[in-house]
Amino acid sequence: MVTAVKEKTVAQNDLDPALIVRAYRVMLLSRATEDKLASLYRAGMIKGGVFLGKGQEALSTASSIFLKKGDIFGPLIRDQAGRLAFGDTVLDTLRTYLGSARGPMRGRDGNIHRGRPREGYYAMISHLGALVPVVAGGLYTRRLRGETGVVGVTCIGDGGTSTGAFHEGINMAAVEHLPLVVVVANNQYAYSTPNNRQFACADLLDKAAGYGIAGFKCDGTDPLACLETMHLAVQAAREGHGPQLVVATLLRLVGHGEHDDAGYVDPNLRKANVGRDCLEVGAKQLIDADLATAAEIAAWTKEAHAEVEQALNKAQREKGPDPNSEDWQAISTERLADGHYDAEEE
Amino acid sequence: MSVTYLEAIRAAQEKALADDPRVFIYGQDVGVFGGAFKATKNLAAEFPGRVMDAPLSEDAIVGLAIGAAIEGARPIVEMQFADFSTVGFNQIVNQAATLYYRTDVPCPIVVRLPSGGTLGAGPFHSQSMEAIYSHYPGLVVMTPATVEDAYSMMLEAVSIDDPVIFCEHKLLYYHLKADKLPDVAQPAGKARIARAGRDATVVTYSAMLHESLQAAEDLVEEGWQIEVIDLRTVKPLDTDTVLASVARTGRLLVVGEAWPWGGVTAEVISRVATEGFGLLDAAPMRLNAKDTPVPYHPDLWAAHRPTATAVAARLRQLLTQ
Repeated sequence: MVTAVKEKTVAQNDLDPALIVRAYRVMLLSRATEDKLASLYRAGMIKGGVFLGKGQEALSTASSIFLKKGDIFGPLIRDQAGRLAFGDTVLDTLRTYLGSARGPMRGRDGNIHRGRPREGYYAMISHLGALVPVVAGGLYTRRLRGETGVVGVTCIGDGGTSTGAFHEGINMAAVEHLPLVVVVANNQYAYSTPNNRQFACADLLDKAAGYGIAGFKCDGTDPLACLETMHLAVQAAREGHGPQLVVATLLRLVGHGEHDDAGYVDPNLRKANVGRDCLEVGAKQLIDADLATAAEIAAWTKEAHAEVEQALNKAQREKGPDPNSEDWQAISTERLADGHYDAEEE
Repeated sequence: MSVTYLEAIRAAQEKALADDPRVFIYGQDVGVFGGAFKATKNLAAEFPGRVMDAPLSEDAIVGLAIGAAIEGARPIVEMQFADFSTVGFNQIVNQAATLYYRTDVPCPIVVRLPSGGTLGAGPFHSQSMEAIYSHYPGLVVMTPATVEDAYSMMLEAVSIDDPVIFCEHKLLYYHLKADKLPDVAQPAGKARIARAGRDATVVTYSAMLHESLQAAEDLVEEGWQIEVIDLRTVKPLDTDTVLASVARTGRLLVVGEAWPWGGVTAEVISRVATEGFGLLDAAPMRLNAKDTPVPYHPDLWAAHRPTATAVAARLRQLLTQ
């Protein structure tokens, strides 16, 4: 069942050229957004951490770009690009990082812990692997309701594959034969921990056979390979072939968070194929395939930065949440709220 | 014709499945086998595809329920024993309990916890987990002590939009009986005066209600009239009913089967001490299990948990203070 997808040229794949261009522009917008987040962080304008997906844009974009309205997407830390491809906006990104009360999390949660679950865009918690069974549960319900052709994608890293939740979730999804695609970005380090302290199998893809599910492997620095692989995986899930595991190899080009200089990264990895910047690889692919000129790519980049600036201007003007008008309720059933502590304060 | 506490839980699940197509049950051995305690007996046959065996994965079971709830379902999940819910703890307290606050999307799941000690069950099939779940914001924690409450609170647990930790006591499963299932339900969140009295108030819940009622009965011939309050839900905790009772009696003993450090009994005393200090004629007391894992041997177990004898002894101390 394991399919290794080799690097392909545009001529060889059956992807719509317009989709390839759209994917690249999402990558550019994601990079522009994250560059801005990094500078806001350095300027002390963001409270809390900033966790970026630089180097992971190709895989992340491919993870969600084949999803349709009604599908489910459960992104993780380094999926700014995938979030944008699924319909999240730069404005909501900045709102969440800047703590605007108008963002989807209303200041109650921040940074990457955002989503709009009613729209199939699930909000991660910090505990890795925890979203795998949750996305499976969303798909389980869709099937109970008789909906067919729905796909769920969730993302994780090499470190997350060591969690019990990852194991339990994929095994359960396999038992239930759910249309779940789990995308593993093996970016070589879980915070500072390298692969050889994370797992002992020859390849993370080996895990697919253990769960009895299909597996795909691709070069995560190669945008076309990522698109081609995710196209196949999402299609297979949509057609009823059960869970799919996608493992992509790449290098995180930033620290775990912006507080981390990533001094532990082996310099040889940075120079190797795995350390390529997928945006540069993608630009060359587009130019080689006559899908864009260098001048067009430069113009798109400029547009992406302009979009980020515009969103920032708006988000910065928005107010944060007001502690005095918060309802401070963690449950929705008012009559069952334990009002004791509120009464104590009054 | 009578109905047991366990049959009430089964009947409530059956009614929930029949009344609401959004309800399904997921858990280990809950399907054709009918559950380790038979709380889902025959439900898989009655509701095909809606009562399903799960792999031995508590984290994934709760996770699946959360995803299902996000998509509009009303799942009931069974932890085979409350003790095993620790494996699903992260999903319960960090995912289910935070979802509404973070995203404005409620999480209507019911997690059934067969709770508490039974003869010979030992350290890992006897635990009472209500305090640890009550500690986390975002959860409703129900601890029914009667057949009627087991039935009506299960139905209410399924109907409300928030995650409910349903602590059902295994010791009550078979021997606690009622004539019939209730037609009228007292809503969750309100405590009940299970026995009226004037000399002291015992606040308790779950299986300890019955030990406390027995103790109250035993003290009658010594001339004491003990009021016993069944909390029914420990979160929310009905402080008003407790304070009103203490106002009448002036003395308070809180009894729980869980471990002593923190927990429900400490919470009740804390509330009464801060809000009703002036109502007390004596220092409030509490009685819990001993601060060790729940022992296997019947003699050790009987001494580990509060019994009617222990409750009565503690009450005598309280009454003569």
